[in-house]
Amino acid sequence: MLLVLPIISPFFFAIIMMLFWNNTKAHRIINLVSSAASIIFAVMLFSNVNNSGIQVFQVGSWQAPFGISLVADLLSAIMIVITSVIGFSTAVYSLATIDHEREKFGFYPLLQTLLMGINGAFLTGDIFNLYVWFEVMLISSFVLLALGGRKKQLEGAIKYVTLNLLSSALFLAGVGILYGLAGTLNMADLARKLPLIDNPEMLTLVSMLFLIAFGIKSAVFPLYFWLPASYHTPPAAVSAIFAGLLTKVGVYSLMRVFTLIFINDTDFTHTIILVIAGFTMLSGVLGAASQMDIRKILSFHIISQIGYMIMGLGLYSPLAIAGGIFYIIHHIIVKTNLFLVGGAISKIRGTYQLKKLGGLYKLYPILGLLFLIPALSLAGIPPLSGFWAKFTVVKAGLDLGEFTIVAVSLFVGLLTLFSMTKIWNEAFWKDAPSETIGNKFSGSNTQKAILFLPIVLLALITITIGFYMEPFFDIAQQASEQLLNPNLYIDAVLGVSNE
Amino acid sequence: MEVILVIVIGVLYASGLYMILRRSFVKVIIGLIFLGHAANLLIFTVGRISKGIPAFISIEGTLAENAADPLPQALILTAIVIGFGVQAFAIVLFKRAYQTTGTDDLDELNTTDELIQ
Repeated sequence: MLLVLPIISPFFFAIIMMLFWNNTKAHRIINLVSSAASIIFAVMLFSNVNNSGIQVFQVGSWQAPFGISLVADLLSAIMIVITSVIGFSTAVYSLATIDHEREKFGFYPLLQTLLMGINGAFLTGDIFNLYVWFEVMLISSFVLLALGGRKKQLEGAIKYVTLNLLSSALFLAGVGILYGLAGTLNMADLARKLPLIDNPEMLTLVSMLFLIAFGIKSAVFPLYFWLPASYHTPPAAVSAIFAGLLTKVGVYSLMRVFTLIFINDTDFTHTIILVIAGFTMLSGVLGAASQMDIRKILSFHIISQIGYMIMGLGLYSPLAIAGGIFYIIHHIIVKTNLFLVGGAISKIRGTYQLKKLGGLYKLYPILGLLFLIPALSLAGIPPLSGFWAKFTVVKAGLDLGEFTIVAVSLFVGLLTLFSMTKIWNEAFWKDAPSETIGNKFSGSNTQKAILFLPIVLLALITITIGFYMEPFFDIAQQASEQLLNPNLYIDAVLGVSNE
Repeated sequence: MEVILVIVIGVLYASGLYMILRRSFVKVIIGLIFLGHAANLLIFTVGRISKGIPAFISIEGTLAENAADPLPQALILTAIVIGFGVQAFAIVLFKRAYQTTGTDDLDELNTTDELIQ
């Protein structure tokens, strides 16, 4: 039952909000309540999974593999918890930053349906159902991206929508061929039946369809061009939740299918993933180095960081996948926080362009500190969370003797530090240029407090993971053991009855 | 029957790909719609096509030999409904973008990719 709550609860509150369509004050309150409730459900689900293993719920009591199963293993549970934390931070942050126009056109219900889609994608154990949740998530994100109707937003939205629809069509075709091969859609059942099929070439072919479809969604090289074209156009709160969560749903799906379903020819498929990972890291960070707009720099860094997570999957050893999962945990929190800080900067200065910024450290030293925590963590400076994440992935690479990818990842880490110091120098350290547009926080003191609350919260989480990394890493390691032992998943889904 | 469907699917994929590579908004949408239909027909074809035998289980509890598999059709129905909604949204979005930007040429939508120095 607990498995349904992370999906049902945001949907329920979204419907309630739609009943009070014109009352934006009610929207704000219900949105906060819903996000807080999600955290409670997520933590309950997580402790359940952590204590008593993989949880399965057969929807409508239709037994697997005939019905749709909801499955929560440790990876899913971790993702659900982080989603709820990010959802809550964004909900608070948007109180101070989303303008009244957007609120009136249903910003908050959309936010909740987006979270529902994301949670659904993390929890489902059925490959076609995953497609459906992707579409739920996509349509909410389409509207959130275009809401407001500024010229740039619409331009970004067109690129985002077109490429994501293309990826959905490829995903659907892959699902169809997979069904033709195995006659089942349940992921656990697929994992059980596919090794018996004597058509491995076809299976590898389908796995490439899935790699491309999920690759577009998780923005890997060379399929990422929609991301830097669209992520910097919506309001900061929307950018932040997109940056934190959406691409990671793609990464999660890659991790799921390439540890559970497509493991017949890992020499071939996972080597491709590893090569892609290297190019993703490098091209993302080089793109960031050439940009002079805070949000564009951060957008390109999403891409390069996706490379590290995929690298964990491509190396395909227990430590590497644990590193990949730990990287996801660290990255979602840090990246969302950086976008939130970026939003705060533009609230003060009215711009995201580094050339027009400056002198912020003198005005708001605390904001500088709050920027430095996630920024240095992203670059992998010890003892912050990013250091441990990078350290694990690199260690796994060294253990396996994959020196090229390790060299690339270390070099990319250096370049990440370079572009973080670029933002620091340009926005905080150098003197403000004379034509600076604004130098005061526009808004009341309450708004200021609301704005800083989620930033401080996420920064504290980053510091906690950094200084107290052992429990987090333990969980990532257990999740990776579960992933690399697909029989646990298969037995949990197909062997347990509903009662 | 399969051969015809396979050719149709191939043509749909080819024309869909060609259309989304065009620069006009409307042609891109048509291309996306073609690709969606191609995927639907693909599911239909790989789900085995059989003629005239409904997928009912008789009183004795046996399924007729070569009965049609109803699941691919259920999948396609779901995919059609989702595709319909998403395409409707895409059309409105493209129209709004046309009104706001004043162009229907994708090559002119480059302000979000400009490098600010």
